[in-house]
Amino acid sequence: MPKVTYVHPDGAREVLDVPLGTSVMRAAVTNGLDGIVAECGGEMMCATCHVYVEADQLDRTPPQSDDEKAMLEFTASERKPNSRLSCQLVATPEFEGLVVYLPETQV
Amino acid sequence: MADRVVAVVGSGQAGFQVAASLHQEGFAGRVVLIGDEPVPPYQRPPLSKTYLAGEAGVDELWLRPSEFYAKQHIELVCGDAVTGIDRVERRLSLASGLQMSWDHLVFATGARYRPLRVPGSELDGVLPLRTLADANTLRQRLNEARDVVVVGAGFIGLEFASVAMARGANVHILEITHHPMGRVVSQTVARFFTEAHIRWGAEFSLGTGVARILGEGGRVAAVETTDGRRLSADLVLICIGVIPNTELAGAAGLPVDNGIVVDEHLVTSDPAIFAIGDCANFPTPFAGGRVRLESVQNAVDQGRCVAARLAGRPEPYEKVPWFWSDQGDLKLQIAGITVGHDQSVVRGEPASRSFSVFCYRAGRLIGVESVNRTSDHVAARRMLAGEPRLAPEQAADLDYDLRAHIRGSARH
Ligand SMILES: Cc1cc2nc3c(=O)[nH]c(=O)nc-3n(C[C@H](O)[C@H](O)[C@H](O)COP(=O)(O)OP(=O)(O)OC[C@H]3O[C@@H](n4cnc5c(N)ncnc54)[C@H](O)[C@@H]3O)c2cc1C
Ligand code: FES
Repeated sequence: MPKVTYVHPDGAREVLDVPLGTSVMRAAVTNGLDGIVAECGGEMMCATCHVYVEADQLDRTPPQSDDEKAMLEFTASERKPNSRLSCQLVATPEFEGLVVYLPETQV
Repeated sequence: MADRVVAVVGSGQAGFQVAASLHQEGFAGRVVLIGDEPVPPYQRPPLSKTYLAGEAGVDELWLRPSEFYAKQHIELVCGDAVTGIDRVERRLSLASGLQMSWDHLVFATGARYRPLRVPGSELDGVLPLRTLADANTLRQRLNEARDVVVVGAGFIGLEFASVAMARGANVHILEITHHPMGRVVSQTVARFFTEAHIRWGAEFSLGTGVARILGEGGRVAAVETTDGRRLSADLVLICIGVIPNTELAGAAGLPVDNGIVVDEHLVTSDPAIFAIGDCANFPTPFAGGRVRLESVQNAVDQGRCVAARLAGRPEPYEKVPWFWSDQGDLKLQIAGITVGHDQSVVRGEPASRSFSVFCYRAGRLIGVESVNRTSDHVAARRMLAGEPRLAPEQAADLDYDLRAHIRGSARH
């Protein structure tokens, strides 16, 4: 089961098991991790599951859909080239060792 | 301040949010979240979508793991109902006999399903869809159901219908009006979804109600329609809307009118009492009057608004409403409130299965319904948050760039 590291804005790191087929958002919510709000529950409606993927690991993540690109306009924190909606990051074996940074705020 | 007690009545999406946001906002008092359902707060939208279809498990419904509440110092009470509120003594009583004092009270009591009052509605197999328990029953019954009659073609009825068809049932949808989802969407979108459901195999009887439900040995066997037809059925879903849970507020002497009446700060006529989510009737610039909305966005944003106020940062509630519905491979997204529009234009081609309907009232854009067109939905939410200044001709012109329009009007 891939282990994903979530880095809080203050630098604190948490490592969670993200089962294959489960999203980085869902694993965070199930484990009660602070910093992922996910108010739409993964429907790509809210952009409160925003993360920054470690820049040199972007190629391990699935490509962005047009819908995700559109919805990323709503992030409460700055949108960067490595911004993703974590509900769209559904774990594959390549997620082992993935690092995602949580933004300052989601709302 | 450290001693203040906030009692939240109802632990659905809105009650959860106000409780969760209070501590994030730095509120130092006690937060007690009371719900009559036997389970911790969960999301309802998947109940008629992925959960019903068996694609999502129950673990994916919880808004937070059960340890969250203790960690956040939220005193969560499950499976106990608030039965009385004393505004003078500022106390409340619970079905279990417990009593407690409060300084602020938040009604987040939501809504319950509206029963259909016809002979036979008590038969086994005539079911609602509002709670997790309802969804569990339906999920189970869909394993065997062959002939399903859906009474009421609102969002939940149509979502249920699309899942039931995907699970192999024959589905007949009865709708008393002539427009599915007619209370809340434009005719263009209503027609589009009706046709989609017909393509997926549903039968529709519009302008048709239920005369009575017939059974055999206590189980449902058929539905007799108001035009005298007999539709065989082994499962009947009743989804003709909801009733807001306002009785407690009414008994406590608070004004109730299609929801608990609140002002733009979501405060009732008693300054210590709030109402949020499906049970609240509030004024909004997006309706040009009062509304009661049933959506996750409304529950969440209103929860946050009340939490901010209790933490000392009052702001009127003025969020852009948004909503979604998944039916088959179609995603409907609504920004604003389109009810009451007097003009609409279509952007894109319905035949391409990707289009939006821009709705206007008195020349002003009031809401946009998008089908498989998230970029329009995003643009609409941004425009509606300010002064949209989008002419109908511009909206209908696919070559007119909405994002450039937003950047342009942002400069004014
Ligand atoms: C099947 C279904 C699908 C939906 N799909 C969508 C969707 O796709 N998108 C969307 O935006 N919205 C959707 N909604 C609507 C959305 O779920 C609701 O708007 C939202 O849940 C409202 O939250 P609430 O907290 O106001 O009410 P509720 O979620 O109804 O919660 C109220 C809670 O209070 C409890 N309660 C009531 N009275 C008392 C009492 N006296 N004491 C203790 N507890 C009490 C109730 O039992 C309930 O648990 C859907 C709803 C349903 C039912
Ligand atoms: S959870 Fe809402 S967009 Fe990801």
